[in-house]
Formats: sequence, C-alpha cells, structure tokens
Amino acid sequence: MSEHDSIRFVLDGRVHTVTGIDPTTTVLQYLREHLGRTGTKEGCAEGDCGACTVVLAELRDGRVQYLPINACIRFVATLDGKELITVESLRGTDGRLHPVQQALVDHHGSQCGFCTPGFVMSLLGLYLDGPAQPDRRAIDDALSGNLCRCTGYRPIITAAQHLRDYGTDAVPFAPGQDESARIAQLQGLRPDGTRVLRGDGVTLYAPTDADAFARLYAEHPQATVLAGGTDVGLWINKQFRPIDTFLYLGDVAAFDAIEQDAQGLCIGPAVSLSRAFRALLDAYSALDELHRRFASTPIRNSGTLCGNVANGSPIGDSMPALIALGARVRLRHGDERRELPLDALYLDYMRQDRRPGEFVEAVIVPAPRAGQRFATYKVSKRIDQDISAVCGAYALELAADGRVHDVRIAYGGMAATPKRAAGAEAALRGRPFDEAALADAMRALAGDFTPLTDARASADYRREVAANLLSRFWLEATGVAAPVRLSELA
Amino acid sequence: MSNAESITIGRAREHESAHLHVSGEARYTDDVTAPAGTLHGAFGLSRIAHGRIRSLDLAPVLAAPGVVAVVTAADIPGENNYGAVVHDDPIFTEALVEYAGQPLFGVVATSHDAARRAARRARVEYEELPALLSAREALAAGSFVLPSERITRGEPDARIAAAPHRLDGEYAVGGQDHFYLEGQIALAVPQEDGCWRILSSTQHPSEVQHVVAHALGVTAKDVTVEMRRMGGGFGGKESQPALIAAAAAVMARKTGRAVKLRLDRDDDMLLTGKRHDFWYRYEVGFGDDGRIHGARLLLASRCGYSVDLSGPVNDRAMFHVDNAYCLEHVDIVSHRCKTHTVSNTAFRGFGGPQGMVLIEQVMDEIARHLGRDPLEVRRANFYGIGERDETHYRMKVEDNILEPLVQRLATESDYHARRAAVAAFNAASPVLKKGLALTPVKFGISFTATHYNQAGALLHVYNDGSVQINHGGTEMGQGLHTKVVQVVAEELAIDPARIRITATATDKVPNTSATAASSGSDLNGMAARDAARKIRARLAAFAAGQAGVAADAVVFERDRIVAGEREWPFAALVKAAYLARVQLWDSGYYRTPKIHYDRATFSGRPFYYFAYGAAVAEVAIDTLTGETRLLRVDILHDVGSSLNPALDLGQVEGGFLQGVGWLTCEELWWNPRGELATHAPSTYKIPACSDWPAEWHVALLERAPNREETIYRSKAVGEPPFMLGIAAFQAIRDAVAACGAPGCRPPLDAPATPEAVLRAVDAVRAAGR
Ligand SMILES: Cc1cc2nc3c(=O)[nH]c(=O)nc-3n(C[C@@H](O)[C@@H](O)[C@H](O)COP(=O)(O)OP(=O)(O)OC[C@H]3O[C@@H](n4cnc5c(N)ncnc54)[C@H](O)[C@@H]3O)c2cc1C
Ligand code: FES
Ligand code: FES
Repeated sequence: MSEHDSIRFVLDGRVHTVTGIDPTTTVLQYLREHLGRTGTKEGCAEGDCGACTVVLAELRDGRVQYLPINACIRFVATLDGKELITVESLRGTDGRLHPVQQALVDHHGSQCGFCTPGFVMSLLGLYLDGPAQPDRRAIDDALSGNLCRCTGYRPIITAAQHLRDYGTDAVPFAPGQDESARIAQLQGLRPDGTRVLRGDGVTLYAPTDADAFARLYAEHPQATVLAGGTDVGLWINKQFRPIDTFLYLGDVAAFDAIEQDAQGLCIGPAVSLSRAFRALLDAYSALDELHRRFASTPIRNSGTLCGNVANGSPIGDSMPALIALGARVRLRHGDERRELPLDALYLDYMRQDRRPGEFVEAVIVPAPRAGQRFATYKVSKRIDQDISAVCGAYALELAADGRVHDVRIAYGGMAATPKRAAGAEAALRGRPFDEAALADAMRALAGDFTPLTDARASADYRREVAANLLSRFWLEATGVAAPVRLSELA
Repeated sequence: MSNAESITIGRAREHESAHLHVSGEARYTDDVTAPAGTLHGAFGLSRIAHGRIRSLDLAPVLAAPGVVAVVTAADIPGENNYGAVVHDDPIFTEALVEYAGQPLFGVVATSHDAARRAARRARVEYEELPALLSAREALAAGSFVLPSERITRGEPDARIAAAPHRLDGEYAVGGQDHFYLEGQIALAVPQEDGCWRILSSTQHPSEVQHVVAHALGVTAKDVTVEMRRMGGGFGGKESQPALIAAAAAVMARKTGRAVKLRLDRDDDMLLTGKRHDFWYRYEVGFGDDGRIHGARLLLASRCGYSVDLSGPVNDRAMFHVDNAYCLEHVDIVSHRCKTHTVSNTAFRGFGGPQGMVLIEQVMDEIARHLGRDPLEVRRANFYGIGERDETHYRMKVEDNILEPLVQRLATESDYHARRAAVAAFNAASPVLKKGLALTPVKFGISFTATHYNQAGALLHVYNDGSVQINHGGTEMGQGLHTKVVQVVAEELAIDPARIRITATATDKVPNTSATAASSGSDLNGMAARDAARKIRARLAAFAAGQAGVAADAVVFERDRIVAGEREWPFAALVKAAYLARVQLWDSGYYRTPKIHYDRATFSGRPFYYFAYGAAVAEVAIDTLTGETRLLRVDILHDVGSSLNPALDLGQVEGGFLQGVGWLTCEELWWNPRGELATHAPSTYKIPACSDWPAEWHVALLERAPNREETIYRSKAVGEPPFMLGIAAFQAIRDAVAACGAPGCRPPLDAPATPEAVLRAVDAVRAAGR
C-alpha cells in the first residue's frame, strides 16, 4: 500500500497540489483564506443557503460530469483527482462573461449580489448537464440549494430559461464542448494507494481499495467514517466535535457502484444520493417527489444514501421509504459481512446494531413486486430543501380477494428512530382495504408513536399528520378522482 | 429636463455592480484584503434569557488555541452602549442578562474558527430570574420598554355601539429574521494618533461612526466608516451593525491590531434583532356594505429587552393601521412590550406591515361575517377623493389612486371569474382547497423622525472628464447607486460610463441618515442632482462665456455641449474649464419639503406622499397536512415615473416574496426557556426558488408620475411591495374558510405554517359539524 499525503485537483486548467493543511479544512475556507479566491461566499456554513456553491467535475463512464456542491461543508481532502470549478474559473479567454453570468446580468438576476456566485455555479450545472430548454421544474430543481433574499427568484428563473441565448466562443465551459483534454487530465489524476493527511491532532485516511478501507476501520474502530460529509461537515463546522481520525470512503472506486442483481439494487457506500435516486426511480417512480424534496441538488451530489442510512437520524428521509420497501443493509467488519433488514439496524436514538469498525457496505433495495402499491410523503414547512416534520412511507400488497396480504408502513419524525408502524400494519393485515380498516389503522397509529415537539412541529401535529398521510395513501391507492397532492396542481 | 429626451432616466439599466456580482469580483466587507496580522473576533453569548451573572470565568477561553485576548465591558474606555435612541443596549452586558444570546464578552484569536471555538469555553454561573417571553405575557405583567401610545379620532365607542353589525377578535403575527445573505461584519483598523478606520456592513455608517467613537471615548472626527456594499440589509443593518463595529473596535484597541468580527450565521440570528411580532385585539362596528363605522384596535408588540427602534416602529404600525381605508372613528392603542428576548429592530416596512395586516384581517372578517366578497368590503372602505380623505393622524390623502389601480388589477387578473373558478374547484375537491385574495397597499413615504429627511452628496469632475459621485446612502442591493448614477448622467447629459460611484464614507458626506424608510433615492438622488446642477451651471456659464451666448442658451446633450457656434465634447469642455480655474466639484444637499408632525398629538403630515399597489394571490392548501402553495400572483404597483423599471420591478417581486415568507413559512420558534431554536437556515425557512408561483403577472403602474416634486417624479419602492405579500396570507385564509360552513371565520394567525393551517382547517371543520 503506497502512502502519500497530498491532495491534487485541477483548478483553472492546472493541477493544484495541496499539502500540509488541516484535513478538515473546508473547500470554502481553502478558497477564501488560503487562495484569496473570495468570489465564493459563506452565507451559513451548513449547506443550506448555496452562497458557497462550486462545481466539481468528475470522470464517470468516460464522460465528465459537472456537479454543483456546497463548499462550506466539504473538506478539501475529498477533492483528490477531481476538477474544482469556482466562479472565478468562468471568465472567457477574452475576458468576457460566461453565458450563465451574462444571462443573469441581462435579466437583472442580482440585487445585493451576495447569493449570485452560488447561483452562477448552480446554473452552470444546469447549463452543462441539464436540458437545453429547461422547464420550471428543471430550474427549481437546479436551484433548490440556493437561497436569495432579494430578488424573489423571478429574474433568476428567467435567466435560467435563457442560458443558451449566448455564443460559446472563448467560453471555458459549454455543453458539448470537446472535453478530451479535460478527460485526459482527470484520468492522469486518478487516486491510488492510501492517502494519509495529518493535521493538528487529526488524521484522515483516504484509501482507494475496499479491503484496505475495511482493514483500516477494523484497526481504527474509533474513527469517524467520512462519506459525502453532509452530516459530518456540520459536526466539525458548527458543533466543533472533537474527532481525531477520519476514514474517507469516497476514493474507493469499488464503493461507488450500483449493482442490479436478483435481490434488487445494491447501492454502494460512495454512491451519491443523486445517483442512488436516479437508479431507484427507475424501479420506483413513486419516489420522485421525495427525491426532489430531499435536501437540494448540491447536497444530493455530495451526500450518500448509505450515509443517510448509517447516520440513522430519526428525521432522515430515505429510511421510511427503504424500510417500507423491505430494504436490507449489508454490514462489513474487516472481512466479515452480514445482512440485516434495515429496520433492524435501528435500536434507539442514534444507536444501531453495528459494532465499532463495522460499516454499511451496501443498501439493498428489492425489486418492485407485481401489484405492489407504494407511496411516500414528506411534510415540511417549506416545499424544497427542508427537513421533514413527518415523513411517511407505505407499501401494500393486496391478495386476490382484495384483502391486505402484506403491508409495511414506516415513519420518520415520529420516534427516536425511523420506525415501522406495527399497530397500524396489524390493523390492516388480512382485512379488506376499506374505510373501516383505514379508520382502525389511523387509530392504531396513535399507539405506535409518541413524537416530540420541536421547532419544526408539535407532537400533536405530527400525530395528526401521520394519520392523515395514511389516509392520503388510502385515497391514492383506492383511486380518487380529485387531486390529493399539491404537486399535482403546480 | 424632461423624461422624453432622457438619457438614462426611466431605462432598465442593469445594476451598476451586476458584472461584479456574477463574476465574484464584487467585494463585500469580508472580501477586502485585511491588513497583515488582522485578528478575528467572536462573541461569547449568554445561555439564559434572564438572570444575574454570578461569575464569569474566561481563563479557559484565554487558554484555548489561537486566542490572543478576551474583552469585556471593562475594556471599553468610553460608553458601553450601542443603543442610538435610548442608551440601553450594552455592547457587553456586565451584570444582568436580558436575553439568551446576549453578548457577555468577546474573544480575539488568530482565526475566525479559533475565536468561535474558544468563545464556547467560558464558565458562567448565573442566578436565573423569571423571564417574560411573549408580548402577551409582558402585557399582562405591565412590562414595557416605552410608554403606551394612543390615537383616538371621532367617537369610536358610540359608532360601534350604533352600528348594524359588530365583530371582535384577536389576531397575531410572527416576527421575521432578516436573513440577509451576508451576515453582520465589521473590520476595525487602528490608525495613527488615536484614529480609526472601520469597514462595516451597515445601512447607517454615521451611526456606526458615533457609536464607535463613544465606545472608544473619542469623537466623530477620529473615526471614519466606509461601506461599499452590503449583501442585503432589509433594516437588519440599520442599528445592529453598531454593536458589531463597536465590539470589533474594542477588540482592536485592546490588541493593537486590526480585528475582523464576522458573525457566524447562528450567532447572527441569535444576537441580532428581528421584525417585531404583534398580538392584536379588535372590535369593529360596520354597515351592511361592510363599511367600518367605528373601530377599536389594540396592538401589542414584542420589543425585546431594550428600546432600539421600537418607538418609531410601533408609531409606524399605528400610522399604517388604516392601510387603504378611512377609519373615521377609531381608537388605536399601542403597547411596546418589554420581554427577555433579543431586541427587535427595523425590518422592511418598519412596523407598517404589522399595522396593515391587522386591518386586512378585519376586512376579511367583516366580509366573511356578511357573506360578501372581501374585495367589495375593501373597496367600500377605501379612502375617498374630496371626502373621507383624512387619515387618523390628520393628514389629507391627496394622491389617492386606490380605486382605479385596484379596478384595473381586478380586471386584468380576471378576479371575479377566478373567484367562481376557485369555488367550483373547491366544490369538487375534498382534500385540496384553493383560495384567492386581492389586497391593496398604501404606504407613507418619509422618515417619521423628520430630521432624518435630509441628505448630502459630493460630486467630483476630474479634469480628464471622468466623474465621481458620492452620497450618504448605502447600497444593499436595492440599486440606489445605479439610480444615483443615472441622475448624475442625466443632469450632466453624459454617458453613465463616465461616472464612478464610490463607497459610502463618513469622511465624504457627514451626518447621514440611515438608508431606510425606502427613502434612499428620494433623498440622495435629489442631493446628487443638486450637486450636478451646480457643476452644470458652472460649465454652462463657462461655455456661454467662450461662445458669447447667454448661459441658458447652452445645450447639454449626450456627452456634448453646444453653445452658439461652439461645440465641445464633455471632456474637452471640462479640461478647458479647469484651465480657466472653474471649480469642478461640489456638494449637494436636500431636505424633504412639506412634512411636519407633532409626536405629542400624533398629527400632522409625517409623509411626503404615499405609494400604492395591489396584489391578487391564488393559493392551494392541503387539508391533510396544512401545506400550502402559491399558484399565481398578479401585481400592479405604483412607483410614480420609474427611474429604472428593471430595478423597480426587482424590488416589487423581491419585496412581495419576502412578505409572503413572513406570513407563511418563516417561523421564529423559542423554546420554553427562551432560547431561539430557529437560528439557522436549516430550521428557519425563507422562501426558496420553487416558492415563486408558477404563474405571475407583475407590472408597474404606467403614466403615473408622483404629484410631488420628487426626483423625476418617481416614488420610493423599497418597502411598499413587501406588504403585497398579505394577499397570499388572505388567500390561504380564503382556502381554509372553504373547509368550513359559509360565514366561518378561520382562526388562523400568521405565519400560516402547515401546522397553523391544519389547526385552522380542523377548527372550521369542527365548528361546521
Ligand atoms: C442542507 C442539508 C439538507 C439536508 N436535507 C436532508 C433531507 O431533506 N433529508 C434527509 O434525510 N437528510 C437531509 N440532510 C442530511 C443528509 O444529507 C445526510 O444524512 C446524508 O445522506 C449523509 O450522507 P453523507 O455521505 O454526507 O454522510 P457523512 O456526513 O459523510 O456521514 C454521516 C454519518 O454516517 C456515517 N457513515 C457514512 N457512510 C457510512 C458507511 N457507509 N458506513 C458506516 N457509517 C457511515 C458517518 O460516519 C457519519 O456518522 C441534509 C443535510 C444538509 C446539510
Ligand atoms: S455557506 Fe450556505 S450552503 Fe455553504
Ligand atoms: S441578490 Fe441578494 S440574496 Fe440574492
């Protein structure tokens, strides 16, 4: 195993090598404080406002992918082998503004301008990887991670509709541009061996080999696994948690795989939420709304599905759906592997059936079963980029006689862990799926959970909404004529 | 000069910094290269809402890595205060804690992070005291920051008693965090001979200058404050930046080094003031047509622990409690409640919105009670022309355009047909319900503190023909600098590209007012015009002399000056004038005419004029969860003769959505111990992109010059559109009402969060059973 201690990434066309920095230095701190590139802004330092958005270019399947991410919670240590694009990178060779910048100028998309570099970078992602004529939905999705307090977004939406109005001569990043040089450059930077970055009382290991990772974690069971860092970044930034050892899994190529087999989809630990959802949506289109409302585009580009599951927050959004679908997790410790139904992983508040040094090697999602009805609903104060007050998921199979053959109901935001509604399930099982059964199940839900009151919602609200979401599922599953979701009206 | 031949006035010019915003080159305070060796500060905050400090042990803070110094009240050589009106805001509190999040001390360290980490290490022992957290609690306890005020007009009690219909009720509206994207920040740089240079993200450089001087025990002449641009202000950078700047200066004084104090978002939200939340009680008597015969209105606001700007904020709430409606017999009582929470402050509208939401709620209540269309009730109460045209503070409404504006909007938005369509939808839709509402805005323009209505500018024409303009206003995104450049370009008839506008600085224009009350371009545009006219007059006199014609025969047009037979490019004339020893720089000054107002009797003409607008909002609600969606908005807004329609439209759209956020998704939530739990964007939700409706029609009212002689007959636009957001709230209320029996009065307070909406839906359904 070869060891080295540098971070190499492409910046403005040149390979940039970083050594000797604290491994928890964020990309934002590095840009602003070390490089004096102050175009990228800090608005919150927690991934919520998008002022710090930068774009990462990565090689995938021989193509370059452009992914907006939040620089404020991402460690520079995770940029190895990638290209970092910041707002300063966009000037044309003749000094002109990039089309996304010019569109914002022409449509008056900036007022105070503080959010603007972040919007520029999210729009760059849309411009390079999105549809040529983005509709409102595509625009909202691309901008879901950017807050603007001044404009009301209207002029930014208009600008987003006009990105392709401009020529691409002398523009450093444009759709369909010849990328062979960029590809070659990135290929030359492929990480290998294990990087070990040491800072003041902090060490970060970044192996590239899966077995090496497993071994390192078994040897350092006290280490904190780092995946996309969308949770961990905040622990460092906001909570100042004392963590002395990080084990970064994002450089392990084998972890970045989605496999389809007889059991279903097997999603590896480095697979981003964006990629995971894309694969899951092919199987379960009912996940579409949850996908859109899960964090934001840049958070989904960094964060992983396995990380969401492994973090195990009671308000994590993927777990209710995954539990309802009967997903399993594959855990690995050294060379030992075992599998659990996902709901069995969660023991109590932030406590899991996972021993030190054991990590989530995959989330396995079964293929849809014929006749299965499935839905998941997220409820939050704001439609986009908000944390759930309640998130419910429902999977139902009816027998030929119309009776409930199998039903799995799971909620987030209702208990100390993501949790199945055992009472409600029992109230439905074996009965015709009718109004009487629904009423019993809604009543039973009250006994399934004792939710809390916090800034997001009161316990009473959570209880009532949990029951109401079940009735929405019933309405949709039994086929009502009138729309029952706001998203159907937009 | 008329608009017809205008060079830049009325054109949709881009923001003067747009190219810098999009390229990341625009420098905000944190982006300016700081002097070598600059240190970084952070505040140590109290953890309790109310109590005495028994002991404060800062040894662990000092011992933390990177820490250079700690500062407390004892390190302040001058006055430990940043309150501008009443001196009751300590920079660092000494013995008494009055809200959770109050600064106790400061840490200075080698990095921003080190300072933040160290600040948490203090060991503080408190003797906790009971805390009053809400306006209602404080009202019951008789706890106020200022005496209560009252305006009574006519004979409200008798009129209410005699009215055919009567209603009473209670209502409440939440506060709002400014959530400017750029947090509070200041950089204090010690200079020679006891002088100071302060970079501050502030709407009020002069106040920062004074507060810093007083804290340091020096005078205004020793402190220069500079401000190029803010990443948003919205009123949150009117009085609050003085705290940040003064603390940074105290830290810099103690360490002898430059200190940057940039608040982390959580600290910013915990320790800076917000929009006042209000609680109301009302009683109205009205006729069959919905016209109010008499009203009694009680307004109680949560001011927080100190006075700050609560006086004028609550005054403005009282002034605006009429909105568009003539209240002939009315009694208005305003309580300014003292609570153990952060001291609330200016926020776009400055209390006006909190007055207007109340009367809009009352209008809706009356309409529901009578079973009439709320729009008809509103129109029945509009101010008249030539009759019913005096406000409750004795000002004649001379520029009333409510009726034509609202009529036009109702027609163009198809209000009546859509009301029927909404009803049809609701009849067939058990789960989702739609609602529709049209609400008007009438907003008074001028600072109610009359002396604030003055401004200065400084214009330099260099002898190469390039121009610098400086004025006392600050740029926070609203486009003030763009408009001022337009004014100067227009007056000198030159290409705006010749003109550079420079950072607001207290050593260029002194004694400036806050850039607030929407007055930025009204005041500073006029001051800049005054300066430009002086220069122009001198250039004209010089050219006239050269050409042997009268000065008024000299024509300025598009970078050229023509006098009789002679003609000069602008730069050439300037050069010649310089050589002939003509003064090419000057100052400009303006004070708003006509206004006067007697605070003792709450009467006079506090406002130079009114700005008008109206919005129609259509929403849908989900009766299973209480979630809402804004589906469509139609807006018609009055900016007089627009100086720049692109910028004005930006203010209208942005203000509207910010108003919607205030009344829907933005909820400030304190736990029972008085700690604000929503102190970051993860928990405090301002509108996101998808909250802008799928369909919108937003227009400026055309051919509507200001009756008053404002700058090119334009009207102020910063604040008025904020209140257009009330339409969205009333539309939600309309949708909730659709769940109940006809005539039901949904018990819905603002913000209409999903939880609040669901509770209201449940209530009207239960009542209908
Ligand atoms: C602005 C913002 C919005 C968000 N919105 C949502 C939302 O709407 N819904 C939602 O559910 N979540 C949301 N989140 C949280 C979500 O992004 C994370 O939970 C994410 O899925 C975690 O993945 P990660 O790769 O970033 O994990 P990291 O932050 O790297 O790690 C998270 C935790 O899991 C551990 N871990 C990671 N991978 C593994 C593994 N393979 N095996 C063992 N342990 C592992 C880490 O040690 C750590 O304890 C949001 C976060 C932010 C910052
Ligand atoms: S700074 Fe707000 S998302 Fe990064
Ligand atoms: S332009 Fe000010 S926050 Fe977007």
